[in-house]
Amino acid sequence: MPLQTPPLRGIHDERGAKFTEFGGWDMPVEFDSIQTEHAAVREDVGIFDVSHMGQIHVTGPDATELMQRLTSNDVSRLSVGDSQYAAITDEDGIVIDDTVVYRLPDDDETPQESHGDGDAADGEPTYLFVPNAGTDEATHERWLSYRNEWDLEATVDNRTDEYAMFAVQGPNAVDLVASITADPVGDLERFEAQYATIDGVDCWTARTGYTGEDGFELIVPWADAAEIWTALDCQPCGLGARDTLRIEAGLLLAGQDFDHEDNPRTPYEAGIGFTVALETEFVGRDALAAVDAAGVDERLVGFQLIDRGVPRHGYDITTTESRVIGTVTSGTMSPTLEKPIGLGYVPVEYAEPGTTLQVVVRGQSKKARVETTPFIDTV
Amino acid sequence: MSFDVPDERRYLESHEWALETDGVVRVGISDFAQDELGDVVFVELPDEGDDLEQGTEFGVVESIKAVSDLYAPVGGEVVAINADLFDAPELVNEDPFGEGWMLEIEADDPDELEVLLTAEEYEDQIA
Repeated sequence: MPLQTPPLRGIHDERGAKFTEFGGWDMPVEFDSIQTEHAAVREDVGIFDVSHMGQIHVTGPDATELMQRLTSNDVSRLSVGDSQYAAITDEDGIVIDDTVVYRLPDDDETPQESHGDGDAADGEPTYLFVPNAGTDEATHERWLSYRNEWDLEATVDNRTDEYAMFAVQGPNAVDLVASITADPVGDLERFEAQYATIDGVDCWTARTGYTGEDGFELIVPWADAAEIWTALDCQPCGLGARDTLRIEAGLLLAGQDFDHEDNPRTPYEAGIGFTVALETEFVGRDALAAVDAAGVDERLVGFQLIDRGVPRHGYDITTTESRVIGTVTSGTMSPTLEKPIGLGYVPVEYAEPGTTLQVVVRGQSKKARVETTPFIDTV
Repeated sequence: MSFDVPDERRYLESHEWALETDGVVRVGISDFAQDELGDVVFVELPDEGDDLEQGTEFGVVESIKAVSDLYAPVGGEVVAINADLFDAPELVNEDPFGEGWMLEIEADDPDELEVLLTAEEYEDQIA
């Protein structure tokens, strides 16, 4: 299958980016160096092209019910301009994907038509949600098939190829974005969003991110992507730095820290139980209520290697007596802490911060210690 | 993008370089290799006194994004390692042919170097 290319592939190439395949997309992995890009985001501001993320648009009289029944969080609590992190779970409560659900202005059709001035009183509730790279088609199918099964009135469009997505992150990110728009984006709270006009283009601008820093994620019509990218003039960052930043922030990567086939996990095991609103009805709810009552056997922990080495996805985690009890799901040399850190699943009796474990690095047992996550101070 | 490939050295297809002086062969990785790896964060080297055979693994270099095995360009005894790399692995990025060197081997048979790539051949490989 040919790789999908983000709208700015050529611009990134000219800037000297290296590319990698991710979720079926040919994405920039590194522009200068991971450490340079990582430091820019921790200390100043950096921009990521995350156009590989999916965008699915849902509108209609039953849009809220459809979103409520297919995501784990409480969608009914979202007013226009709110967003929430949620899991998409199967009947057994196993995480298929994680996503952010945005409530757009009612009847909003951006980018296909111009959007209205906000909350039309009698409009239809409208949502945009962002499934992970490469999962948009299956997710779109899932929404359509449940909509039909439940006979709900909602339009579900996969608009992944119509929107670019940029993340502007770092302590100076808010000032940078505020400096090129007249809209008061600095007034947004975490997880709030609004349209901001940049160079005459309306960009859905959300105070969200995947780095542990303050900043915005902007959803931009594909056709205007180059203009907006150029206007947001700061250190370009690739997927390499995105990964080290999110590991330090203790944030999950779908397909790696959980995987519906290869590493099936409930939100509780994965440490995102806060996305589960058991008082709502959704696919997987009953199974998760049972898990919540019984407790989990294993859960995701953060750890630091005390011995020299770098933990990597797939390495064994053992007790100090070398009994295998888990697997590393993500690991790196933390550029901020300059220490090897990672995430992995262990039985709950080994999950307390301070517990000593071992990670097997190429046949050698390295001492590790369970740490609280996030590993760094985050917003 | 062009990379340094000093003429006087020999190269392995796996991107190590070898520089012989009076039977002692200094070893490191090429400018191309350090650029491909990105920020080097960890280097694992053998102990002084270890015996290596040509073509066998002698250590590991890890960047943030990748792990790469290191292969001995020549057989012999390890007579020196660059211990500076344990605290400053970034030297491999900053100066791969100089301060980023990794180890020195007292070659059992310096003629083994003749089978390695010349600078010109290595340049063709990475072109």
